[in-house]
Amino acid sequence: MELFVSSFLNVEVVWAARALLLQGFANTMLLIAIAVPLGLAGGLLLALLSLTPVRIARLLLAVWVDLFRALPPLVLLVFVYGGLPFAGLELGPLGSVAVAFLLNSSAYYAEILRAGIDSVPRGQWEAARSSGLSALDTLGWVVLPQAVRNVLPDLVSNTLEVVKLTSIASVVAMPELLYQARQAQSVTYNASPLVAAALIYLLLLWPLVRLLSRLEHRLPSRM
Amino acid sequence: MLSRPIIEARAIHKSFGPLKVLDGVDLVVAERELVFIIGPSGSGKSTLLRCLNRLEEPTSGHIVVDGIDVLAHRTDINALRRRIGMVFQSFNLYPHMTALGNVALALRRVVGLRRRDAEERARSALARVGLADKADAYPAQLSGGQQQRVAIARAVALEPRVMLFDEPTSALDPELVGSVLRVMRQLREGGMTMVVVSHEMEFARAAADRVLFMDGGRVIEQGPPDCLFGAPKSDRLRAFLRSLERH
Ligand SMILES: Nc1ncnc2c1ncn2[C@@H]1O[C@H](COP(=O)(O)OP(=O)(O)OP(=O)(O)O)[C@@H](O)[C@H]1O
Ligand SMILES: [Mg+2]
Repeated sequence: MELFVSSFLNVEVVWAARALLLQGFANTMLLIAIAVPLGLAGGLLLALLSLTPVRIARLLLAVWVDLFRALPPLVLLVFVYGGLPFAGLELGPLGSVAVAFLLNSSAYYAEILRAGIDSVPRGQWEAARSSGLSALDTLGWVVLPQAVRNVLPDLVSNTLEVVKLTSIASVVAMPELLYQARQAQSVTYNASPLVAAALIYLLLLWPLVRLLSRLEHRLPSRM
Repeated sequence: MLSRPIIEARAIHKSFGPLKVLDGVDLVVAERELVFIIGPSGSGKSTLLRCLNRLEEPTSGHIVVDGIDVLAHRTDINALRRRIGMVFQSFNLYPHMTALGNVALALRRVVGLRRRDAEERARSALARVGLADKADAYPAQLSGGQQQRVAIARAVALEPRVMLFDEPTSALDPELVGSVLRVMRQLREGGMTMVVVSHEMEFARAAADRVLFMDGGRVIEQGPPDCLFGAPKSDRLRAFLRSLERH
């Protein structure tokens, strides 16, 4: 028991590693602040583009979205980080993570937002357009607010996945929370920093999980 | 009595793929006129209305509304649509906005009014349809009749030159129809030019200047309501009027 406490729940070790862990936490927050907005913006762009009446363009977009949903994110990240330099494109850890997350998360967000836009009845477009609203105003004021509300649980759930996924940045030596915890572990020969990192993830994600289950209960079935 | 036409639609054709929905329709509506359009399901009534504000693009034809060529590419369609109010069978209120928000949106984004001015005008439009006290209600909190009156207020607030109604009462419970027809009659008395697709025959008799009977994408017969209902010339119209009586 004592051995368990000293190697997994060792407060002194965690305290000694606090600088590393804090920096890791800050970098994870940075990654979240980059990955979520990029994914949302890219996803929104893809969803809007797929409203085009041009069939071939819709098909290409669908292929694009499928491709990046099928590709394992870790494979994608390793390729962007380690493969693209062979094409003369050196992005560095942060740049690679940003690009990989843009490609991966935007594909998921795009699918969700497209479903949301599809769930808004055509009559809403028609009412707005017939009153003289431009297509852009119709989207922004009438369609998207309803679309987002209809798929809010899916959006939150996907965001949860994106936040969790930021830990794969550790494989390209981006000093985020998991990477720093492993550094601390190898320096201290103690697993407590990993436990601390897990706890930090839990604290970070718990509110999102709560929010999600509340949303899912509040909106059992929508029109 | 007839002044210059507000709507002048000539030889409108519209096909959806191989399906011919409008087959050379002419519709000329004078200022302050109320034109009723009747006809069996699928005869192209909604499509005709939707061509008038270019919600549907006619395959061929010519449409001038208030002196503006609707189909010309240089026409600012959004500016024109503001002059053509449209009311739908299913109301199509924005469910995430209050009644006031529904009416004020286009006033802000299309007319360009500031928020306070837009809301003031929206309030007076709601008052005109008898819903001054429902400004802060969401559509889900309103009856069908109230929702449709908000939809009418939303169109009227833009001060259109003409109002198009596509079966405005057919989604309503019978006891709520009267409140909507009353508002339409008020509009009519205020001199609004109106094109109404509807099967409210009593309303047509009382308020319409002219009734058009459509079938198979064509105007088969037209004239004052008394003539059309009292002495239908074509077999198709006779059959259609009989089918209405049966219901
Ligand atoms: N967007 C569309 N694509 C394909 N076909 C359509 C489309 N809109 C209408 N149609 C078809 O055109 C025909 C005429 O439709 P329209 O809605 O104008 O008829 P209507 O006279 O308004 O009928 P109702 O009384 O049932 O409302 C119908 O056969 C309909 O199925
Ligand atoms: Mg119709």
